[in-house]
Amino acid sequence: MRRQTVTGVVVSAALFVIAATVPVLGSRYYTFVATDIVIFAMLATSLNLLVGLSGLVSFGHAAYFGVGAYVCGILMKAGGVPFLAAWLLGGVGGALLAGVFGYFCVRLTRVYFSMLTLAFAQIVWAVCFKWNDVTGGEQGYPDVPMPDLAFLDWLPWIGSLRSGDKFYFVVLMLATVSMLAMRRIANSSFGRILTCIRDNLERTQFIGIDVRRHQLVVFTIAGGFAGLAGGLFGIFNRGVFPDFCYWPKSAEVLIMTILGGMYSFWGPSIGAAVLIILNQYIVSRTEYWPLVLGAIMLALLFAFPRGIAGAVGAAWRSRDRFNA
Amino acid sequence: MTGLLELDDIHTAYGTSLVLFGVSLEICRGECVCLLGRNGVGKTTTMRSIMGLTPPYKGRVRWKGEDVTGSHPHRMARRGIGFVPEDRRIFSELSVWENLDVAQRSAKRPGPWTIEAVYALFPKLRELSKRPGGVLSGGEQQMLTIARTLVGNPELLLLDEPSEGLAPVVVESLLAQVKRLKAEGLTILLAEQGLDFSLALADRAYVLQKGSVRFSGPAGELRENVELRDNLLAL
Repeated sequence: MRRQTVTGVVVSAALFVIAATVPVLGSRYYTFVATDIVIFAMLATSLNLLVGLSGLVSFGHAAYFGVGAYVCGILMKAGGVPFLAAWLLGGVGGALLAGVFGYFCVRLTRVYFSMLTLAFAQIVWAVCFKWNDVTGGEQGYPDVPMPDLAFLDWLPWIGSLRSGDKFYFVVLMLATVSMLAMRRIANSSFGRILTCIRDNLERTQFIGIDVRRHQLVVFTIAGGFAGLAGGLFGIFNRGVFPDFCYWPKSAEVLIMTILGGMYSFWGPSIGAAVLIILNQYIVSRTEYWPLVLGAIMLALLFAFPRGIAGAVGAAWRSRDRFNA
Repeated sequence: MTGLLELDDIHTAYGTSLVLFGVSLEICRGECVCLLGRNGVGKTTTMRSIMGLTPPYKGRVRWKGEDVTGSHPHRMARRGIGFVPEDRRIFSELSVWENLDVAQRSAKRPGPWTIEAVYALFPKLRELSKRPGGVLSGGEQQMLTIARTLVGNPELLLLDEPSEGLAPVVVESLLAQVKRLKAEGLTILLAEQGLDFSLALADRAYVLQKGSVRFSGPAGELRENVELRDNLLAL
């Protein structure tokens, strides 16, 4: 195994262990924040399959997140579909929608691509906002039931936890599986081709790659994982609301991705954690939180132009050089 | 000899600026044809027109007799045209081996040129196989670009200014390697400003001036007839 791979496995395992010990702290609040972070880490990582891996800056990723949340929530509440099936179908919903929209989006490049992703997302938002019979319209779709987690009861320790903590474990497990799947995709030869496209679209074409098809496939995959994240978030939030699909949500995820570092697999997760923790901390201290948060973001982006993960990676490599 | 590629009176423009005004040429299987001319006469544009990167707005491109004008570049690559562009940029974030692997997978044309075979042609690349493409020297990048094209097992190789910006000693070894490719029967279209390089390889030559063909004939004619050569190519 390459040394890089070993480091990757160690970092992944360490992150998982740290995340898994959050309920030990015994605070409902910490578990709440940790669940939020894990779900958004998953969403930001799915966006990064587009932004960082493939060079496709989507301004409308929240659409697939929202649709996944609605599909999963509606199936569970109105259809009585078991959680796992509803969750997977939420992912399928996100992927299908991304496949249809992506077909048009990949025909455009750069800022035109971004604008079209935004336009499609706004259509999704408008539909969710107005379609009272299905989505509950402006009022949202409340009371998505908590999945039945009785199957966890036989486990030592986890079985005795509060339902919020149990759900956190379910989220952590499903998110871990999803993240490993995305990591696998990013490191595959398909992922390498996407990097080539990001690097130089024209050059990739003339070595025989159907650029649009690759872009459509990754757009669909990213939409699918966003839908999976959305399904978890709808349950966690005890309801699905149109603002899940609204453009500020897309911007928020994009900020997480860029802040954390889009050229690193774990960067977006770091970005999600930093943004959510900062947000929680500042909101509880000042009513001027958008100002403070904005100033901190500005400073971070100036200090770490390649994101936090990029800065850490550079420091790590220079340490290696000194030791060599 | 059978015609492999045929350009029939192609006109190509970048937006509103016209570059090619009716270029016609023919390349037969096994031939090495060179495209000569000063900077800016349309050599690169001719290659980009063949490849579908800048499709001609008028005229026809025929591949093995089939009209392929306006085909997507990846289709041209899969039909068997390998393009080695002037900027010779490789995928800088991928290692040498990954560059070759990606190219081999995408061209979907199995044949004698495996990664092992190109390593045998360019032994230096084997040593560098784990290095990221971005740290290679100019000559090494040129080898990698050619190797990357070869693993797609092209039937026609488009070489755009392969010797540009390389040290004389590197150019010499490159010349030897391209000669070897020619000897193995690969059809080559070579665009060059360097006369020594191209005339050492070519069977036939086309000289471009201001976007159209001014001369076509056996390369030997240009090699021997200094007056003609100066007349067509003098700066």
